[in-house]
Amino acid sequence: MGAIQPKVSEPVSDELALVASAKAGDVTAFEELVRRYDRNVFRIAQHITQNREDAEDVVQDAFIKAYTNLKQFQGQSKFYTWLVRIAVNEALMKLRRRRPERTVSLDEEIKTEDDSVPREVADWSPNPEQQYKQAELREILDKTINGLPASFRTVFVLRDVEGLSTEETADALELSIPAVKSRLLRARLQLRERLNKYFQRPGRDKEKSNGAQKPISGDGNQ
Amino acid sequence: MKCSEFLHELTDYLDGVIDAPTKSELEEHLAWCHNCYVVCDTTKKTIEIYRDSQLYELPEDLRTRLRSAIVTKCQSRKKSEPGTA
Repeated sequence: MGAIQPKVSEPVSDELALVASAKAGDVTAFEELVRRYDRNVFRIAQHITQNREDAEDVVQDAFIKAYTNLKQFQGQSKFYTWLVRIAVNEALMKLRRRRPERTVSLDEEIKTEDDSVPREVADWSPNPEQQYKQAELREILDKTINGLPASFRTVFVLRDVEGLSTEETADALELSIPAVKSRLLRARLQLRERLNKYFQRPGRDKEKSNGAQKPISGDGNQ
Repeated sequence: MKCSEFLHELTDYLDGVIDAPTKSELEEHLAWCHNCYVVCDTTKKTIEIYRDSQLYELPEDLRTRLRSAIVTKCQSRKKSEPGTA
């Protein structure tokens, strides 16, 4: 079984020139940066806020904040990573306003003890997503990721959906690399577990497989 | 290798950022441990399905509207704060 294929990102060779022009007040150059990253910012914002209107606001607020604070961008990281950091903060603020009863923080420590140990190990059909129509599949994926804590969703969307590296994710979220890795593992495993009920093989194969439905033991076999 | 040790390395293994000796240990474990094989395979599928899902795509009309609002606000900031944008 090989590694997942990383998402190929577009070349950004002219990006520093665009940023420099935008800093000098060229709104057209900034508009090009908006065009380049608005879809990513929207996706990230909706993953975090789980609300379409909030995500729209985040896109506007994040880009305007970026434009206003462009002078503070020193070019040590990519412009996109810097922009993501602004967008994530805006999105978390929206989420806190919408759910004031819950503290929403990227540092929140969610139940640590063995919550990443799979409880149910069921094999999936070869192309499980093809069992559903596109709209149904999107609904399943939306509902499933919605159930994860915000700090897990955020790391998952940056690393696995947007294709940022672990270092870039850590930089954008101001987290340590081990913290990013730990949240990513738990996010991936929890999503997998929650998707089991939609994607597992039909009964006959499940019975045939010795491993199906058996949890992985923490101290395992040698 | 124990299953818990395998899980601990799963993220680095799936990301392909693991040293060769650890990788062979993990693959040896995968060769006989059906449960870990299934967890690894379905976790990989989970990532691929989300990545390819086009979940939360920005519709083109909304995109145009948002961009135009952003540009308008940036232009007004530029006018109100010349040289400091």
